Amino acid sequence: MPHHVEPDGEGLPIPNRISAKPVRRTGSIVAAVVVAILAAMLVKGLVTNPRFEWNIVWKYLFNERVLEGVGYTLLLTVISMVVAIVLAVILAIMRKSVNPVLRGVSWFYIWFFRGTPVYTQLVFWGLFAVLIPRLSIGIPLTSVEFWSVDSQTVITAFNAAWIGLALNEAAYLAEIVRAGLEAVDPGQAEAAQALGMKRSMIMRRVILPQAMRIIIPPTGNETIGMLKTTSLVLAVPFTLELQYATNAIANRIYKPIPLLIVASIWYLLITSILMVIQSMLEKHFGKGFEARPVGTKGKQPPLPGKTEGEPKDDVDKTNEAAFLGYNA
Amino acid sequence: MSDENKDLASQDTAAERRAAQPGRPAVEAKRVHKAFGDLHVLKGIDMKVMPGTVTVILGPSGSGKSTFLRLINQLETLTGGEIDVNGEMIGYKRLADGTLQTLNDKEVAAQRAKLGMVFQKFNLFPHMTALENVMEAPVHVKRMPKAQARELAAKELTRVGLGDRLDYYPSQLSGGQQQRVAIARALAMKPEIMLFDEPTSALDPELVGEVLGVMRQLADEGMTMIVVTHEIGFAKEVADQVVFMDGGVVVESGGPGIIDDPKEPRFKDFLQHVL
Repeated sequence: MPHHVEPDGEGLPIPNRISAKPVRRTGSIVAAVVVAILAAMLVKGLVTNPRFEWNIVWKYLFNERVLEGVGYTLLLTVISMVVAIVLAVILAIMRKSVNPVLRGVSWFYIWFFRGTPVYTQLVFWGLFAVLIPRLSIGIPLTSVEFWSVDSQTVITAFNAAWIGLALNEAAYLAEIVRAGLEAVDPGQAEAAQALGMKRSMIMRRVILPQAMRIIIPPTGNETIGMLKTTSLVLAVPFTLELQYATNAIANRIYKPIPLLIVASIWYLLITSILMVIQSMLEKHFGKGFEARPVGTKGKQPPLPGKTEGEPKDDVDKTNEAAFLGYNA
Repeated sequence: MSDENKDLASQDTAAERRAAQPGRPAVEAKRVHKAFGDLHVLKGIDMKVMPGTVTVILGPSGSGKSTFLRLINQLETLTGGEIDVNGEMIGYKRLADGTLQTLNDKEVAAQRAKLGMVFQKFNLFPHMTALENVMEAPVHVKRMPKAQARELAAKELTRVGLGDRLDYYPSQLSGGQQQRVAIARALAMKPEIMLFDEPTSALDPELVGEVLGVMRQLADEGMTMIVVTHEIGFAKEVADQVVFMDGGVVVESGGPGIIDDPKEPRFKDFLQHVL
């Protein structure tokens, strides 16, 4: 197999192995030095400038109100994203439905919730109990009621906060999900139909799992966006999340900067964790799509089902099949 | 295509089924028309495919042969005419007053389950391994227990010579291997009729043989097959019936002998170009 060459196959007996000096890159060395100096100046400024008041940052970083704020921010982010994702999938499927009424409703929903500011929507949810004092279950368009409840007890400030965030987010996510669904080769649905699968099953078993690959990166973006959008729930008003909590402390002790830093540290930390989760999800839904194991001994784990004893001459064939696989 | 493919003795073959139903075509098309908007693709196709036989449809691209195959499997809807599978009209049922009623999702799925289809682009599910691809429909359509489906899938994959590739994802398989997985996936549903839509057209030339080999083996087992292909050699060797389509009509049809002795000038012309 003389044609089988690994790009850097250490350990392979290549008699005429090339050993050459790399290209000189003076420009990049200069650029690196300049950037390093600028970074050092920035760090020095941050650390030594007394007006940042790091001692106060440290004092309030684990303050009880702040930790509670972190908890509520996380809770709001998770609940509203989960609800938004479920709603978005439903909206996206409705948007592609054969039923024009469902398509219309979905279109209208997305138009309305994307078209008005989330702040306005949150204020509206805060006023829900004023607009609709009682919620009831009965026969529609008649006065017959089986059960009813005070709006105020159901739509608390916390509930209004996540409902407002979720409904708004669902409109954006619905478009992301739709793009994902449309990116799946129509041949996939045809193959599933030919196997006797019904429409709902094709969506669940074949289309959605593949669409997830495309949906996850922008959804990760949206989740991180949501983390910070939760600070808008003071419009409801809901006042226990991180931004409001740190702001309240800052106003009390007249130290706005250190508490902004406290909030930023927590937001950064949570964002980092969310990014890790996102990359784990991407790996999971990328199953079967990952790059081929070409000449990367020791650099990539063997692919599932691929053992060390894989016959070498098969690799070329599999390589050729790679792009076919993406069409399949 | 070696000894791995020989454990087929116990297959419930189409030949046995034919013995039970003599004389009735497996697929019968009656004056089939199909139009996409103003484009009249099929202009009155009549065809009979007897159980246990292989019909090869030849024709230039755009002649409507793939469309015809897709109509049989209801991936397209008929514009005119009728297609019967095992004597049962597909896509519609006739009400007492003689009008047609479109079948619902479930009824269509049930009709499709009798037909296996293999596509030009394989259309394997890329997020599932070969084994999972083959198990998918038995488990989720036929509600077969997973362990049993796994066994069945492994058997079908072994039958197409891929017993050692069960846990490979499609992207890790060559085109020919992918197409064989696709065949195994269709066979796992125990179809009575197999439809092949240009199964080797997307393959590198050296991989065509392995797919045709599996198809030949299926034909030998007595599977009813309708194959749209450009492989004239395969048609000559395996077909019981050869149909040449052009411009949305059947121009010439008959036994495999018509390939060596074409009557119609259009068929002669076509054969000269592909041979």
